[in-house]
Amino acid sequence: MVLQARYADVPIEEKQRLFDQVKADERFESYLYGCYECGICVAACPSARFYDFSPRKIAQAASREDLPMFYEQLNDDIWNCSQCFSCTRCPRGNNPGGLITIMREVSINNGLTSAKNALEGYGRVVYKIMSTGTQVSPDMLQPNAFPDWGPHVQEISDNLALWRRALPPDTMHTTSTAWEVDDKTLTELYLIWHMTGVLDMIKQVDTGLHMILNDVMEELLEEAGFTPE
Amino acid sequence: MPIPLNVLDTRREAREERGPAVPPTEDVREKVFELEAKGEWLVQRVPDPWIGVTTKYGRIKKIPIARTWHHKSCGQCGHIPGYSTAIFWLIRKLGLDYNDPKDQTSCTAWNYYASATSNQGAQAAVAMRNFGAAYESGYFPMIHCGTSYGHYKEVREELVHSAPLRDEVRRICDKLGKPFVMPEEIVHYSEWIYAMRDEFAKRRVLDLSSIDVTVHPACHYHKLVVEDAIYDPDVYGGQRTAVVSSVVTALGANVKDYSTWFDCCGFGFRHILVQRDFTRSFATLRKIDVMREEANPDVVLTHDTGCVTTLDQSQFAARAHKPNVGIPVMSEAQFAALAMGAHPYRVCQLHWHSTEYRPLLEKMGIDWRERWREFEDDLERLKKDDKAYLTWEDADA
Repeated sequence: MVLQARYADVPIEEKQRLFDQVKADERFESYLYGCYECGICVAACPSARFYDFSPRKIAQAASREDLPMFYEQLNDDIWNCSQCFSCTRCPRGNNPGGLITIMREVSINNGLTSAKNALEGYGRVVYKIMSTGTQVSPDMLQPNAFPDWGPHVQEISDNLALWRRALPPDTMHTTSTAWEVDDKTLTELYLIWHMTGVLDMIKQVDTGLHMILNDVMEELLEEAGFTPE
Repeated sequence: MPIPLNVLDTRREAREERGPAVPPTEDVREKVFELEAKGEWLVQRVPDPWIGVTTKYGRIKKIPIARTWHHKSCGQCGHIPGYSTAIFWLIRKLGLDYNDPKDQTSCTAWNYYASATSNQGAQAAVAMRNFGAAYESGYFPMIHCGTSYGHYKEVREELVHSAPLRDEVRRICDKLGKPFVMPEEIVHYSEWIYAMRDEFAKRRVLDLSSIDVTVHPACHYHKLVVEDAIYDPDVYGGQRTAVVSSVVTALGANVKDYSTWFDCCGFGFRHILVQRDFTRSFATLRKIDVMREEANPDVVLTHDTGCVTTLDQSQFAARAHKPNVGIPVMSEAQFAALAMGAHPYRVCQLHWHSTEYRPLLEKMGIDWRERWREFEDDLERLKKDDKAYLTWEDADA
């Protein structure tokens, strides 16, 4: 079959190993109940309108344990998903978007090249959320980052500090974070990243970012008397 | 073509004839209390007084009126600051007590749904750390972001059904010195706005009877843990969530229907940041274009961070080849605040929005030129360091 000819060079054992990791996730069972092939999920899916992407095929491959198709999806499809969960309209109660969340995690944990490619240019966002506790900051509004949003981005960028001072809530005068986050709060967040293995996940896809994050976190954690495990 | 409402009427009649049905899903809140009884965690009660609202399958959800701990949204505070400010302004206008904490992180779910550089344990720990912080403050969590709200409800389901996950996260909370607490309800700010809509209507100062509105229901509000979202048989026959639409009606404006209401906005989490060709195409072709064609609204109202961002910011580039775009976008909180006389710049901060909104303000009866002049005077005072920040007193001056 033409579709399954892709990645034919990857041993079936490797495909099985990765599929087993997906299936071992405790959410897997509650995300998949079989598939009628009715296509309601595809009709509701935004990504299906603009990409060669089908949530129905995700549910199908997972329920049939179709390893060649699963592996192809793991590399070529999952990053197209919008994670809007419109597909939860499924009459069987399937959650193809949830399956994709698990597949993405497995993809990151195994440092797949497709995951690294999909996240190219995304490192600054991971850095922001993991190091500051807020993902979106006012100073991300730069015209070179959002040229398609129009000239008002330049205006915001030019007036950023002043416009932030013109906000009545006390917590929102910041420019490098969305709001003011206490140092103690950040310390706690860093501990969470360490204790749950998230930093190890980052290492799989971006060693440079991992090193920078470790450095940033180390100082605050040591000041607070914690030694990362 | 808009969905014919007679279909909804027929369904409603059938439902009335059939009588109340047994909800097809469990009530996870019962499990939350069972776990408390077993000593697994504390449950933070919704403070009195609260308002009972109806969720998808007819259950009652408690919405606290006051003493709320505001779990802010990074996208709102960062890029649409008038969104968060308007929520706080509405609370203050009603004279209610609230807490705007610094001991709060983002839910980190935007990143999780975009990059998967996290895992179940970390996501649950972030949620429970924030819930613990709210409990310590004595205020009840109110979630500003639709994604945080939907994700936290997923986390609640996962924690309820997984003892190993509870153990992992309890161990982390112990290490952090945070209490292990689950709130009795997970409440989105738009549910509070819905519950308080009649109070806003009483305080309305603008005539909005000529304002046509299309509503975009946020995916992570009504598609994640669907049974917990608010529905009302009188709003689209109970076939769509009642939040936002009911507020528009209460304020005297007109809700206009359009056929792609269920579609997402195109945000995509990863796409909005690094693959916006998809986001722009979807937002304009499947949402804005359709709304213009079928409803020709004066404004699009929605109730989540990513939806306001996507629907608003995507329209600029589309202007190059699509004259049909150009509908202003804001949250229902900003719209309600404007209706109650809030300043469009000091409070609603509309200068952070992209799509032209000034014709809308004129139609609402707001003198935006005068209001902008006032705001420019504020900025001059800040520049001269006459004062460090604009205050709530300035906002209502």
